Amino acid sequence: MSEQEKNAPYLDKRSSRRTFIKNSGLTVGGVVLGGALGSLLSKDSTTQTHETGVHTTATAVNFNQALMYFDKTQFDTIDAAAEQIFPKTEVGPGAKELLVAFYIDHQLAGSWGLNSKEYMSGPFYPAEATPLFGHQTHLNRQQIFNLGIEALNSEAAKQYKAKFSEITAEEQVAILQAFEAGEVTLNGAVTSTYFFSLLKSATIEGAYADPLYGGNKDMAGWKMKNFPGHQMSYANIIEKDEFVKIEPTSLNSQHKH
Amino acid sequence: MAKKLPKTDIVLAGVGWTGGIIAAELTKKGYKVVGLERGKERKTEDYLMVHDELRYQQRNEMMQDLSKETLTVRHDRSKRALPYRQHGSFLIGDGVGGSGEHWNGLTYRFLPYDFEIYTKTVERYGKDKIPADMPLQDWGITYNDLVPYFEKFEAMAGISGETNPHPEVPEVKYPTVPLKETPSMKMFKEASKNLGYHPYIAPAATLSESYTNPDGISRAACQYCGFCERFGCEYGAKASPVVTVLPVAKETGNFEVRAHCVVRKVLHTNGKATGVLYVDTRTGEEYIQEADVVVVSAYALNNIRILLNSQLGSPYNPESGTGVIGKNYAYQMTSSGSTGFFKEKEFNLYAGTGALAGVLDDFNGDNFDHTDLNFIHGGNIALGHYGKRPISNNSVPKGTPTWGKEFKDESIYWANRSLSVGSQGSVMPNKENYIDLDPTYKDQFGDPLLRMTFNYKDNERNQQKYIRDITTKILEEMGADMINTPGDQGDWDTTKYQTTHNTGGVIMGADPKTSALNNYLQMWDCENVFVPGASAFPHNSGMNPTGTVGALAYRAAEGIEKYLKTGGSLV
Repeated sequence: MSEQEKNAPYLDKRSSRRTFIKNSGLTVGGVVLGGALGSLLSKDSTTQTHETGVHTTATAVNFNQALMYFDKTQFDTIDAAAEQIFPKTEVGPGAKELLVAFYIDHQLAGSWGLNSKEYMSGPFYPAEATPLFGHQTHLNRQQIFNLGIEALNSEAAKQYKAKFSEITAEEQVAILQAFEAGEVTLNGAVTSTYFFSLLKSATIEGAYADPLYGGNKDMAGWKMKNFPGHQMSYANIIEKDEFVKIEPTSLNSQHKH
Repeated sequence: MAKKLPKTDIVLAGVGWTGGIIAAELTKKGYKVVGLERGKERKTEDYLMVHDELRYQQRNEMMQDLSKETLTVRHDRSKRALPYRQHGSFLIGDGVGGSGEHWNGLTYRFLPYDFEIYTKTVERYGKDKIPADMPLQDWGITYNDLVPYFEKFEAMAGISGETNPHPEVPEVKYPTVPLKETPSMKMFKEASKNLGYHPYIAPAATLSESYTNPDGISRAACQYCGFCERFGCEYGAKASPVVTVLPVAKETGNFEVRAHCVVRKVLHTNGKATGVLYVDTRTGEEYIQEADVVVVSAYALNNIRILLNSQLGSPYNPESGTGVIGKNYAYQMTSSGSTGFFKEKEFNLYAGTGALAGVLDDFNGDNFDHTDLNFIHGGNIALGHYGKRPISNNSVPKGTPTWGKEFKDESIYWANRSLSVGSQGSVMPNKENYIDLDPTYKDQFGDPLLRMTFNYKDNERNQQKYIRDITTKILEEMGADMINTPGDQGDWDTTKYQTTHNTGGVIMGADPKTSALNNYLQMWDCENVFVPGASAFPHNSGMNPTGTVGALAYRAAEGIEKYLKTGGSLV
């Protein structure tokens, strides 16, 4: 698979063409983006579209997409870790292509990252809490991800003298397994097991939540699983003996009536 | 200083199913009712964007904001209770309509055995069958007494169903025909029949056909959209207070709902309530709403909390077994279910509705002989077709890794090829399972949180071993290629969703020494306070509780009217 295919466009061709017309051929990668994030996003956010007869070359960007919480290293780390949890296989795309790391970034920036609808008053007794009693520390998910990502990279540095995102897939998996087993000490009141379980559930969410949250790109997670997304009625299907495959629709369609 | 408001006839602390039913019944009779609801107003149009698994299922859009108030949990009295910081084992709803908005709609009647469980157990097996630490009690009312109230609830909601073919279960005629049957439900039915059981299509509050109820409320048929439990219904096809009883109450002009208002206490002097103290969370101001009758109609757990924080009724003491508020807290057990994997068959599992199921009661209540068994009661057994959604549907055969390549490919392969046969296991009361106030943790107003002391006891753990073999046997008969049979029921896991069927704590009965309420749900200790809801259940049966909650709410409505006319204790 080519580099260009791997960094698939965030918009369908129709949208990218519209953007092209509006922007009269601006090369977005160099103009809009820049600085530290430029190297992260320009490659992933733009694409070359060849459409014979209409335009020769178009470059488009999804202006709705940028990081809200992670810095570049954090993004790269989660992008790599999520890909090991939900990798690209013959069945279909993995976390990277589904934009799971963007999904996790956006979730961390909001109420989920701040545990704002959860009881966060003390006193805290983390030592008395078995897994049956869940999260029992003062740390919110933003803080837990910061600690977890820091530890993923310090493990990678310790063992392989590199960043987590730079080591091989097998090496990444080995570190994640150690996290899951609780074998890594995080620099705060949380276990590596708990961080791993958050990362795992967020990765699955990013693969399958409605695309409006930033992941499940092009509904590819749903297509893999034969899930039709948002449909108004299955009254004519519910009794059917054979499997009925339906092209998925997302909640975005509710705005197009 | 709290502002005093003009007196009303009836004030409700909570506007869900029980508050809504009482509001409709009493406003129709001309009484003035004020409903106080902690959450927001709701309407069907709110659900335009409801097909959102992340928002409604993973993030619990319709549930109580735990940052403001939660409870603490522990397994036994020797431990320190820790806060239930995130929604897990159960989901407490809020907002107008309460849990009646996000429920599945499975609408059963508890069995005749349930209401006279002590008497019937002793009659058939002798006193020794009941362990010393199990305060098993009759409910102070019989199934036959309750039939007219069950019928009222079923007619109001338009329950779709067929009669239960089990010879021990009384016949019921439902107002609408059963829901459509899926291929997997047919497989369940055929396999269960082959094994000598009595399967049928579960009674559902998600309408099978359009229906107009006795109040003149018309609703459309269910579309099997697959987003039902934990979600609101964008069609109004699922019976909820917002589309049934609340519009009836509003139409009379005698009903006022005040949303965003949290009741802190029932105010009372000399054994009679004068009203309630509440906070409007938008203005932050405190009010006193005086009333002739106070109805504590919040979620079962919140009912207990309001009474304990009001110092109304005598709190239960697990040491001596005396006192009643917080007594006989019970739950249900969902760990007897097995999952079967079918290589050759793909099912349309994305479709479904919250109450679409094949079910049987051959191992529920006392429908089977317990003489040689080391437990009483049991649970229903069902194959549900509720609509599987991709974030939460990741069933894989035992031994599959929980992440990585193999997990991904397997969870996708089996997504539409796996079926679960589950059971709602009953939970019997135990002296050590109870609710009181937490000594440490407080809510947004500085009031103590509830403290839940609960664990599964021998009766449940023994029942689970017995039932799980049957769920596995049914899947074998259905032709599953592989089956995951669960391990033993361990200690209660507060983090993993099991069921929102929390019961007891303000129980009904025939004796004021062992119960908090008489059979009109009227408090023995305070005659103008009524406490409907599953908090009134002296034990929890092996099926969904809402049908019984609804019937008891109609009974309470009748009691309130009687009380307003005659006064005094109704029993």
